[in-house]
Amino acid sequence: MRVIVCLKRVPDTGTSIRIDISGSAIDFEGVKYIISPYDEYAIELGLRQRDASDDGELALVTLDDMSAQETLRKGLAMGADSAVLLTGDFDMDGLRTAKALAKEVESAEAELILFGIKAVDDDQQQVGPMVAALIGRPCVTGVLSFEILDGRAICCREVDSTTEVVEVDLPAVLTIAKGPHEPRLATLKNIMASKRKPLEVKAAALTESRVCVRGLFKPVSRPPGRIVGEGPDAVPELLRVLREEAKVI
Amino acid sequence: MARFEGIDFYKTDELFSSEERMVRDTVRSWVEDRLIPIIGEAYTKRRFPEEIIPELAELGVLGANLPEEFGCAGLNNVSYGLIMQELERGDSGVRSFASVQGALVMYPIYAFGSDAQKTKWLPRLASAEAIGCFGLTEPDYGSNPTGMITTAKKTADGWVLNGTKMWITNGSMADIAVIWAQTEDPGDVKGIRGFIVPTDLPGFSSKNQAGKLSLVASDTSELVLQDVEVPDEAMLPGTTDGIKHPLMCLTQARYGISWGAVGAAMACFHEAVSYSKERVMFDQPIGGKQIQQVRLADMLTSITQGQLLCYRLGRMKDAGTMTTQQVSLAKRANVDMATNVAREARRLLGGNGILIEYHSMRHMANLESVYTYEGTHDVHSLILGQTLTGISAF
Repeated sequence: MRVIVCLKRVPDTGTSIRIDISGSAIDFEGVKYIISPYDEYAIELGLRQRDASDDGELALVTLDDMSAQETLRKGLAMGADSAVLLTGDFDMDGLRTAKALAKEVESAEAELILFGIKAVDDDQQQVGPMVAALIGRPCVTGVLSFEILDGRAICCREVDSTTEVVEVDLPAVLTIAKGPHEPRLATLKNIMASKRKPLEVKAAALTESRVCVRGLFKPVSRPPGRIVGEGPDAVPELLRVLREEAKVI
Repeated sequence: MARFEGIDFYKTDELFSSEERMVRDTVRSWVEDRLIPIIGEAYTKRRFPEEIIPELAELGVLGANLPEEFGCAGLNNVSYGLIMQELERGDSGVRSFASVQGALVMYPIYAFGSDAQKTKWLPRLASAEAIGCFGLTEPDYGSNPTGMITTAKKTADGWVLNGTKMWITNGSMADIAVIWAQTEDPGDVKGIRGFIVPTDLPGFSSKNQAGKLSLVASDTSELVLQDVEVPDEAMLPGTTDGIKHPLMCLTQARYGISWGAVGAAMACFHEAVSYSKERVMFDQPIGGKQIQQVRLADMLTSITQGQLLCYRLGRMKDAGTMTTQQVSLAKRANVDMATNVAREARRLLGGNGILIEYHSMRHMANLESVYTYEGTHDVHSLILGQTLTGISAF
């Protein structure tokens, strides 16, 4: 079974984000990058599927600049077999990104195309379903886990605290949420092995962008908390504040 | 406290290759997710957290700079140093475990062992199927190991070992011990040879050294060898040059300690900065007080110096130009630095700093051992003094 995982490089979730001088972009100076965490869950599920079949193969695809090779190497160190870096300047136009990825994955003849449910930097949740539509394959979103049975993927997803089981014909596009299978760490041996795995770089087929960011604004800082009292005597005042000021009860 | 993201004021990240950064980040994540949550409990219960051993092996930490053909990761020495740095950010005892297994057990087997010994033991030690310890120090011979009184007497088909070894990390949990013993007259520096001794042989016993106030999440034991018989094949055939060989092992371990100390210092600094921003005193975070800012500035300065020292040392080791004296300087400087940083961090934390839920005092206590083992601070001073003057002051 051939599996493709489309991933995105995002600033480390622990990074302190600054707005750059243009006011419409992040200042990337000194920013450390990681694989978007939901994409790591996608890699983990993809690896499990790859390992479950005798002729399994897992390829990574991303659209980014040349420095994303390091991110792809990390995915290879987790166990992926190969990677493709589509070079180009992606932006907020999710359809533009999806078209570039679709062109790549359509020709790869994969039975499973996995995405993280969203990239944690822009939170758009667009690209996976768009790729599915562009290549004419069914899509299941928010998948926590899945298994392959008789050429179909049996997917578990959570809907309002209920588990919904969905069957989908293959090939299919699945977007993966945080499920029961924690992403594996890259072992040190696999980090060494990742240097020897194929990483192809080619120019992305990008169309004209039709979406841009007008501005980024920091949230208004909240007033500091206050202590309304101590012990049981503080309860009446706390209730008053919650009722009259916060208006939450 | 925020997740640890490293201390990198001088952008040393840019000096490392992507592979080296990936190795470091992998071990950093493991330490953050798997070791930090349990180390306080292990420390207060005075136990080495043995449950982490399979995970360390799976990661490939053990003997990580030895070749892949023996089941090791085949990393360069800078990567190996970064591993030690991250492990000691967790706890010096855990770094000590990995140092002993890799630098003091696997290294001598790799460097001085026969092909049969390498094939038999290195994959098992890399996978933690076997745990090793290193027996050099004796009750009366620490800084002067050439005086050791543990003996190996030749028999018709092997050797008989007798003696006592002290301060042996991993001593009670080990499956094999690399024992250094005198095969000639006492004091003959060329007569000291290394042996691979299974710890289940008759006459071999170990005893946990009780009463430690430092490195308590570590197995530190005394080994007793009473008429332990080993075959000829137990001797490390490459140890023909006497005391030079165990000292070569110590150079490997001291190299790792130089990096590890930076990790411990970074852990304490991270905690101190975080605490200084959160702890309010006199209506202001204590980080706004000049005295704490000076403390933090001093800590950052010395950590940055230590990082650059390690980086350069590692690159020289990978180039094959590193000298034992340079390792002495780095071990001496960085452990002293880390000990001071840990103490200042603990002081910045005030009364809370003595609690196990904070890390600085644990590191501070641990580092007093690290200051003393693997060549004491003072012995490394004498090594450097001898290098500078040409006069031995031992």
